[in-house]
Amino acid sequence: MANDVWVYIEHKDGAVTPMSFELLGIGKTLADGFGSSVCGFVVGEKADDIAKEAFAYGASKVYAVEGAEYKGFRADAYSKAATSLLDKHKPAVALFRATSQGTDVAAASAALLGFGLCTDTLGLAVDGGKMKMTRAAFGGNYTVSVVNEKAVPQIATVRPKAFAMPAKDESKSGEVVKEAFSVAEADLNTKVLEFIQSATAVNLVEADIIVTGGRGVGNEEGFTLIKELADMLGGAVGASRAAVDSGWIPYEHQVGQTGKTVKPKIYIACGVSGAIQHLAGMRTSDCIVAINKDPDAPIFKAATFGIVGDYKQVVPKIIEKFKGKLGR
Amino acid sequence: MKIAVCLKQVPDTEAEIKWDIPSGTLKRDGMDSITNPFDEFALEEALLTRENYDGEIVAISMGPDKAADVLRNALALTANSVQQLSDPSFAGSDTYATAYVLAQAIKKIGDVDVVFAGKQSTDGNTGVVAAELAALLGWSQLTYVAKVRSIDAGGKKIVVERAIEGGNEVVEAKLPAVVSVIKGINEPRLPNLMGIRKAAKVEIPKWNAGDLGVDAGKVGAAGSCTKVVEIAVPPPRGAGEILKGEIEDIANMLTDKLIDLKVIK
Repeated sequence: MANDVWVYIEHKDGAVTPMSFELLGIGKTLADGFGSSVCGFVVGEKADDIAKEAFAYGASKVYAVEGAEYKGFRADAYSKAATSLLDKHKPAVALFRATSQGTDVAAASAALLGFGLCTDTLGLAVDGGKMKMTRAAFGGNYTVSVVNEKAVPQIATVRPKAFAMPAKDESKSGEVVKEAFSVAEADLNTKVLEFIQSATAVNLVEADIIVTGGRGVGNEEGFTLIKELADMLGGAVGASRAAVDSGWIPYEHQVGQTGKTVKPKIYIACGVSGAIQHLAGMRTSDCIVAINKDPDAPIFKAATFGIVGDYKQVVPKIIEKFKGKLGR
Repeated sequence: MKIAVCLKQVPDTEAEIKWDIPSGTLKRDGMDSITNPFDEFALEEALLTRENYDGEIVAISMGPDKAADVLRNALALTANSVQQLSDPSFAGSDTYATAYVLAQAIKKIGDVDVVFAGKQSTDGNTGVVAAELAALLGWSQLTYVAKVRSIDAGGKKIVVERAIEGGNEVVEAKLPAVVSVIKGINEPRLPNLMGIRKAAKVEIPKWNAGDLGVDAGKVGAAGSCTKVVEIAVPPPRGAGEILKGEIEDIANMLTDKLIDLKVIK
C-alpha cells in the first residue's frame, strides 16, 4: 500500500540473526506516524522462514522475491530484485541497515530508481507527510536532516543499534506476498568464489560492548590486556588509528573516520586520546568509559565515566572486580 | 587496460570544520584541503594495476576550481591524464547527482575497464557513490575491496576480496567494474619533487555540464531530490563523571556502574 514503511530483511545464505529484524521497531513507529503498516521485504532462495520471524518482530506483511539465483548475496541480483518490488508497490519509505549488504542494495536500488538516499541515519521522524532523516556530518560535529522530496520510496540506511530492537511475539502472523522476478545467470556480473572467515571474527558494528586500545597502549603486547577485558565481557576489540598504523593490530579493528563507525552500549577507551577523527567513529555510543593518563585528553569530554590513570594498572583491577562480581 | 580513478577534494581531516548554519554552507576560508584519504588508496591501486598489467590511468574529480589540486597531485604521481568535472550547476549535488555526473564522464572517456574509487569520503561520509555509479553504468559493483587478486582485461574478468562482516568474500566479476577500496589495501606512495614540478605547470582540462551531456535538471542543489532541511550542532554529551580515589575503589565503582546498565550478559 502506498504510505507503507518497508524494512529490508538482511540474511546470509538464508540465515538471519535477531539484528536482521532490528529496523522493524522504528519502522512501526514511522508507520504509525503515516497511519500505515510496517512490512518486511526479502530477496532470497526461500523466504517463508524469514517471513515468519519478521511477523514475530512486528511486520504485518512480507514482500518477497525468491529464486535459485538469490541463494548467496550478490549486489546486482539482489538490487534488481529489490528494485522490482519497490517499483511495483511504491511504499513511502524503505529502510536498510547500514551494513555492507544493506548499503550495497540500498545504494544500487536508489540509483536504479533514479534518486539519492540518506546513509548511516541516526534519527528518523515523520514530518509533514515525509520522513525526515537525520545523520551526523563532519565527524559528528554537526547533524544534518534531509528529506527526499521527490523520491518514492524515500530510502535510508540506518546505523546499526541506533534504534531499540522490537519485541518478539511468536504468536503473530501475517501475509507473504511473493512476486516473480528472475535474473538470468548470464546477465549477472558477479560470482562468489569463497568466504574466508576472519581469524578474529571481528564484528565491531554489531557488538554491544567494545574495548578499544589507542596509542597509549604502547605496543602489540598491550592489546593482550585489552582483549582479556573484551573477551570477559563478551565484547569486541577496537583500536584507534594510531594503534593500527603502528602495526599493533589489524585495520579491521579500527574505529574512527577512516575506520568503522560504531554505536555500542558500552565503549571502553584505553589509552585513547580522543582525536576528532576517533570521536567521529564512536561518539554516539550509549556509555563511554575513558581511561587515560593525561587528565587533559579530549576523550574525557566525551566520556560518561572517566578514569585518570595508567590502563596497565586500571584494566587489571577492573578485570579482577568483574571476575568477582560476575562470577567469571 | 584503461583505468579510471575517482578523486574527491575534502577538507583536511585535521582541520576544524566551521559551518555557516543559516546558509548551510561550509566556511572554506583558510581551510586546508586534501585528497580524500580513501581515494589515495584508489589512486595507488590504479598505479599498481598499471605496473602489473600495463595500461593507462585517467583520474577524474568533480568539484570547484580549487579541486584541480587533487588532479595535479594525481599527475605528479604519474596518472596519464586527468579530467576535472566542473560546472556551477553541479554545486550541491547529492549522491545520485554525483554518481550521474561521474557516470557521464566515464562514458565520455570511453572503453574504461575498471574504475577505482575510495570507500567513502571523509567529509560527506555517505559511502554510496561508487555503488550508485556501478548501478548507473550497469557494471560490476565491487565495494569494500581489501585486495585485488587478478585482473584479466582480455578475458574481461576481475577477482577481488571484499572485507565484509566476519571475513573476506572472494568475488569473481565481469569487467568493466567499479571497485571501491578500503584503507590497508596498499601503501600509497608520495609524489617526487620532479613529478610535483612537472604537474604544477599543467593546465587541468575541464568538462562542464554541456561537455558531459548532463541533464541540468538532474544535478546540483536544484536537481537533487535529497534536500537538507536542517543543520544543527548535536547536543553535547552530558557532563561526564571523573571517578576519583584509589584504584581499588575506582574499579569497584566503575564495575558497579557498568553492571547496572544491564548490558553485560
